[in-house]
Amino acid sequence: MAPTKSAIPAVDGWFTTDGSPTLLGSRCRSCGTYAFPRETYFCRNPECDGQEFDEVPLSQRGKIWSYTDARYQPPLPYRAADPYEPFCIAAVELAAEKMVVMGQVVPGVGVDELSIGTEVELVTDVLYEDDDHEYIVWKWRPVSSGKHPGETDA
Amino acid sequence: MPDDKKVAVLGVGMHPWGKWGRNFVEYGLTAARAALADAGLEWRDVGFVSGADTIRNGYPGYVAGATFAQALGWTGARVASSYAACASGATAVAAARAQILAGLCDVALVVGADTTPKGFFAPVGGDRKDDPDWLRFHLLGATNPTYFALYARRRMELFGATENDFAAVKVKNARHGLANPNARYRSEVTTEEVLASPMVADPLRLLEICATSDGGAALVLASTDFARRHAGGAGFVTIPAVSTVTPRFPQTVIEMPNFATDSAVAVDGGIGTGFRHSIAHAAYEEAGIGPEDVDVAEVYDLSSALELDWYEDIGLCKEGEAERLLRDGDTAVGGRIPVNPSGGLSCFGEAIPAQAIAQVCELVWQLRGQADGRQVEGARVGVTANQGLFGHGSSVIVSK
Repeated sequence: MAPTKSAIPAVDGWFTTDGSPTLLGSRCRSCGTYAFPRETYFCRNPECDGQEFDEVPLSQRGKIWSYTDARYQPPLPYRAADPYEPFCIAAVELAAEKMVVMGQVVPGVGVDELSIGTEVELVTDVLYEDDDHEYIVWKWRPVSSGKHPGETDA
Repeated sequence: MPDDKKVAVLGVGMHPWGKWGRNFVEYGLTAARAALADAGLEWRDVGFVSGADTIRNGYPGYVAGATFAQALGWTGARVASSYAACASGATAVAAARAQILAGLCDVALVVGADTTPKGFFAPVGGDRKDDPDWLRFHLLGATNPTYFALYARRRMELFGATENDFAAVKVKNARHGLANPNARYRSEVTTEEVLASPMVADPLRLLEICATSDGGAALVLASTDFARRHAGGAGFVTIPAVSTVTPRFPQTVIEMPNFATDSAVAVDGGIGTGFRHSIAHAAYEEAGIGPEDVDVAEVYDLSSALELDWYEDIGLCKEGEAERLLRDGDTAVGGRIPVNPSGGLSCFGEAIPAQAIAQVCELVWQLRGQADGRQVEGARVGVTANQGLFGHGSSVIVSK
């Protein structure tokens, strides 16, 4: 039997993978504008010339701004499972940051179970795997669904 | 409309859209020669060549202006190449117009052409972990239709749009494109056929999402002084405005290829109008007209649902009224304000650098009364609207 694969983030520094994961954004020290993924060099606010940022965890919960699904396998560099399993994607409004952040929705949730305004929370889940690793990404999970996608403590 | 902002459109030409699988340069050359013939001018009369770039065809695509100039035969004409995603063609028009208005040349040739791969647009190759366009495919599996579907779902939620409305846009555009010799898809479809086509990105179905196509389009532009001498008393169509504005911060609608919108926390007071709205309204302002002056529009129906967003964004109706406009038949040829008489992207598919130029070609044919089988009677003013990735978009006003 294959040994247990180690789980590593599919992208470095965009989210935490501890028991209560968060997205890692930036906040401008001059004007307070958030960004995801984080900015390190310029602030997007045209009224602000700030170049110093704090790395900040973003709200773990938000409300769905809109949603859809991917019935057909996306092209590379998406690494789809074989056989392909369609998944949902949600754009989620974070109240404190006044921004919308996209993410896949956890497996097993279909579009019929989503609606605009649905409260979701951030989890981590496997995006794809190879012989050595499981690659972890952030996903949104409806707060009421109670589905557990095999979160890892990577 | 101020005369000092106008350039004349003396010639238009296209290579039919399709999936021909040949080198993009061939399509551009065919379109350029057609536009020159339409203008009654020779290639040697052109002082400035403005190419719209394609990023999927190697180095020649990045220097499209020079590539087309070489294909036509080096004459020493000045050259520029523009890349602005889906707005590349309009940016090439803007570059040519500026040269003409500055008095740097009398006649300019604008050309865009593309050869596209099958299926979803994917990012260009290589591992590029600092490129958001690569990362959105890799980390989210978010294709272009993903974003179109997010907007479509919003329309359903906010304005009560239905699957039947989205299908009706496709049915209308398919009918418009029937007689267009440059359209790739020329067959009628029924609402039932649209709704029976496979779901791609809920709520959008296969027949509601624009395909990727090969094609080429070209314009011969000239100063109005040159055009008056050349036309010898005959009228000509002009372009009084070209808008290629960027969005305004904070951009609160999620746009390709981003993972998130701008954050609005640092902005006091209300958030301004959206990007799509600002694109067309900058063109109206430049031309000194309003949406009520428009007789015909060509808008970027990347999806059937997105056409409805454009009705509102270009000011044909108020927010939330697009479905009523469609249901009343106002936007069909024969209606009050026909939209996409060419058949739109629905019948063409997208040949990225050629598409915004093709929109202008259609309006020129409409204003000249040469749009056989799809003519908007008495059209005197038209508007195009288009949006691409990374904050690019365009709107061109064409008038008689």
